[in-house]
Amino acid sequence: MMAAALICVISVAVFLQFFVSYCRSVLAVSRKVELSDRVREVSGIANRNIGADDFARLVQLVRLCPEQGDDATEIRAVGAYYGLLRMVKYLSTFLVPGVGTWTERECQSCSHFAAVALDRRISYSRDLFTQQVADRT
Amino acid sequence: MLGPFDYALWIAGFLVEIGVVVCVFYRRDLLRYLPLTIYMLCAALVNCGQYFYVERFGFTSEQYFYYYYYTESLLTILLFWTIIHFYQQTFREMSVKGYIRGAAALLLLATALFSYVVVHENRNHLTTRFVVELGQNLHFVGVVLTYLLWGAILKLRETRTRLIQLVLALGVYFSATACTYALRNLFPGLQPFVLRWVPPIMGVWLPIAWAYTFTKVSEDSRLATARLVARAR
Repeated sequence: MMAAALICVISVAVFLQFFVSYCRSVLAVSRKVELSDRVREVSGIANRNIGADDFARLVQLVRLCPEQGDDATEIRAVGAYYGLLRMVKYLSTFLVPGVGTWTERECQSCSHFAAVALDRRISYSRDLFTQQVADRT
Repeated sequence: MLGPFDYALWIAGFLVEIGVVVCVFYRRDLLRYLPLTIYMLCAALVNCGQYFYVERFGFTSEQYFYYYYYTESLLTILLFWTIIHFYQQTFREMSVKGYIRGAAALLLLATALFSYVVVHENRNHLTTRFVVELGQNLHFVGVVLTYLLWGAILKLRETRTRLIQLVLALGVYFSATACTYALRNLFPGLQPFVLRWVPPIMGVWLPIAWAYTFTKVSEDSRLATARLVARAR
């Protein structure tokens, strides 16, 4: 019983650390990708920087596009990370005010990730459409 | 009884496992990721076996129960080989291949010895509790090994994005599964409602995360590990 409780506590702590690091690695890879003008226009961020609050709206747009079949789990994982960050931000307002800036920056990275996913899916939809038109003619 | 969600997870897991194998072959990375490929292939075969056992004996049968838990333990041991391979990749410039092999052999011997002692102690009652406890211990060894590997990656400032993501996905898998096993030991009542979903979901998570890494991250991609450690400045 004691061993199981110890394993449980350690596993939860390690899980959180791995999960956060994994999400940050996925976000770091997407941060290197420049957003196209097309996705900026579609998501209404043509004349401004992507914001931390844009995440939910961008994910909704992502869901409207046909699935490519290889990024759904990562979008869900980043969504969970975003939720975790929001919770940390909410709690830190009362406890550690300095954390707010960091969570804001992380949430911004989540929004950028969602925009990159949207960009990829729009390209995929266009390819599909072009292929269908070509098949018909 | 199994519902549509169980079958969906099952099929998705099988397809993605095969997908990872195809991806490794297609990118001609077989030698670089040989243990990982063999693990994925074995996991897909075990999935087929599970389907056969459910069809033949039923989901609630004892045969399926023991088949599930013992193949799970064997797959975990196979996953240790993948971790050892990641260790070798991380320490490749330090010429410590021999030490890693030695440590791996020692670890396998220790695991075998530990399992033998546990089996010997429980030989008269190889019950549900024993297989769950064995699974919990094996997965916890996996958590420790992956955590040590992650520590080494951070310490050595490893920059290969692919290796980093493969190891982190493995860490998420091991820690979530070990936690589920431990919770099951602590609160058996939670098993039918909540805990029974976690191992299959994690079983799908690992191949999907690896498939994502193989398809989206190139072998040459680099990443500063210091950026991954959550730190509020």
